[in-house]
Amino acid sequence: MARELLKGNEAIAEAAIRAGLQAYFGYPITPQTELLEWMAHRMPELGRAFVQAESELGAINMVYGAACTGARVMTSSSSPGISLMMEGLSYIAATEVPAVLVDVMRGGPGLGNIAPAQSDYNQMVHGGGHGDYHTIVLAPATIQEAIDLTVLAFDLAEKYRSIAVVLLDGSLGQMMEPAELPPMRPVRQTFPAWAATGAAGRERNVLTSIYLDPPKEEEANLRLLRRWQEIQANEVRFREYFMEDARFVVVGFGSAGRVALSAVRQARAEGIPVGLLRPISLSPFPTRQIAALCERAEAFLVVEMNAGQMLEDVRLAVNGKRPVEFYGRMGGVMPFPDEILGEIRRLAAGEASFEGHPRDRWLQRLTGSN
Amino acid sequence: MVVEQIVPEEIVYQRPRSLVECATHYCPGCTHGVAHRIIAEVIDEMGLREHTIGVASVGCSVFAYNYFDFDWVQAPHGRAPAMATGVKRVLPDRMVITYQGDGDMASIGMTEVVHAAARGENITVFFINNANYGMTGGQMAPTTLPGQKTTSSPHGRDVELAGYPIRASELLATLEGAAYVVRRSLHDPKNIRLAKKAVRTALEVQRQGLGFSMVEMLSICPTNWGMSPNQALQWLAEKMIPYYPVGDYRVSPSVAQLKV
Ligand SMILES: Cc1ncc(C[n+]2csc(CCOP(=O)(O)OP(=O)(O)O)c2C)c(N)n1
Ligand code: SF4
Repeated sequence: MARELLKGNEAIAEAAIRAGLQAYFGYPITPQTELLEWMAHRMPELGRAFVQAESELGAINMVYGAACTGARVMTSSSSPGISLMMEGLSYIAATEVPAVLVDVMRGGPGLGNIAPAQSDYNQMVHGGGHGDYHTIVLAPATIQEAIDLTVLAFDLAEKYRSIAVVLLDGSLGQMMEPAELPPMRPVRQTFPAWAATGAAGRERNVLTSIYLDPPKEEEANLRLLRRWQEIQANEVRFREYFMEDARFVVVGFGSAGRVALSAVRQARAEGIPVGLLRPISLSPFPTRQIAALCERAEAFLVVEMNAGQMLEDVRLAVNGKRPVEFYGRMGGVMPFPDEILGEIRRLAAGEASFEGHPRDRWLQRLTGSN
Repeated sequence: MVVEQIVPEEIVYQRPRSLVECATHYCPGCTHGVAHRIIAEVIDEMGLREHTIGVASVGCSVFAYNYFDFDWVQAPHGRAPAMATGVKRVLPDRMVITYQGDGDMASIGMTEVVHAAARGENITVFFINNANYGMTGGQMAPTTLPGQKTTSSPHGRDVELAGYPIRASELLATLEGAAYVVRRSLHDPKNIRLAKKAVRTALEVQRQGLGFSMVEMLSICPTNWGMSPNQALQWLAEKMIPYYPVGDYRVSPSVAQLKV
């Protein structure tokens, strides 16, 4: 299949369709709407299910219902809509049914704006819905990666009977880039044995998230946790750039990682031995890989389009062994490579610090430079 | 010696195949059990047991799936019609039913049911109106009558403060996508028979793909009403029916032609 010029949101939609998507439920919200519109046009013509739901609450519960039949199902939204889906996500996780969610993040909190941001990291990676559950979260930095991770999300969701999230910011959803779509997979004709499809010739299947008996609920929690450990052991994904001899390490995901890569290239041209680690699976997080880097890295710089959400996971991985600095832009503002380059130069000049919290130091620099 | 054998034709009353043989957790006299039974009987009569997927709601009937012997899923509070939509859209040839209380459907889940009806979603909602929140201990529901005492309207529902009860059937009947919306009552055998007939029609509507169907069933909650089952049945007849008249609120032209 040839490379073509594709818009992020549409590429994800088409990738999902080619991965054998059977049902899509969604609600319009910028900067994700083209995804829903693509589905509105493509799913019915392929004889598959599409519903524009009454709300994100409706959409996620339609996903929940369809997921209980074992069908390949997804929804997509953007930050405020994702907040509304948290109830359903907790239920889906607890019922152990597979589902895929695409979150094209925008500026927040509140209604915020429709510009690109990464401020849903916490609500996606660290839960958001009630109870102890984990979702697989994959963060693409290019449209090709968005396509590939969308397909992977379905496979992982089914393999682990888990929620898999593709998390990207609005700029990636909106921009166009050459990329290659996968071939069309046939839609699966069979349903898994656990699914609720009508009890013809078998015992009935009941899919629920309620365990009134606390020891049973604890058992369910343990089952989720063990599965999560398996995911942690097998599904960590990341990419490294210029890391062979790097003494300084930039960590950034998605678009922030991509901008950081430009800055790292410029810094390399200046002779600074800096590399980039771009986590692709934000959950499970490449904790061990980052921890291992402490052996040779002198300092870390975390770059995000939020106020330092992944920062806390990097700090946990580094565990005080090396100084960690932070640089972020918020509210829909994207960082420029120059700004990150300036931060890399600071690291190289030995200005990284152990004192206080990196967020406070960043704020100090931000307000100090005004 | 003559051994008397009961031949199948003589059996006039037995557990429907679609009900599990077990004791329910419902309070003595509660009409949830009656509603379960008539639904199960109709599903048996129509031969639908192996083709039906139930969507349980949050309320006293949260464990409905323990009592019906077919596939079930369990929705978050109020979201059963959305979940049922998801199931039905993937499996359009199966029968999908929801079983919801009045707090579940007419309060927290009003959006979901209105839009499922507006879309003409081919699902059937069994709506149990017992004028209060049973499971949480008898608080005011959107269906609680003016002046009715509940634990959260201790001096009786004051319409100045808490507004008026919602007549869900009348409201949903205004929607074009709704094919069959009726209210029945479970307070005496005659009404129970009529309710069963409505359940049959509603499922027939779904089987033929005619659109959204709902049977509202006026029901009692003797425990939280603080009455004996008999008093509660009488209270339903005297107090609830005048506010919630039994009747057919929407019967679309295609449904009117149905022969059930
Ligand atoms: C989101 C959410 N809010 C509140 C509750 C608590 N809750 C459980 S059952 C119930 C009321 C159910 O009442 P109703 O639907 O009238 O059914 P009944 O118990 O009377 O049959 C409530 C409020 C919940 N489970 N979830
Ligand atoms: S609390 Fe009320 S509705 Fe619930 S089982 Fe008891 S009588 Fe029935």
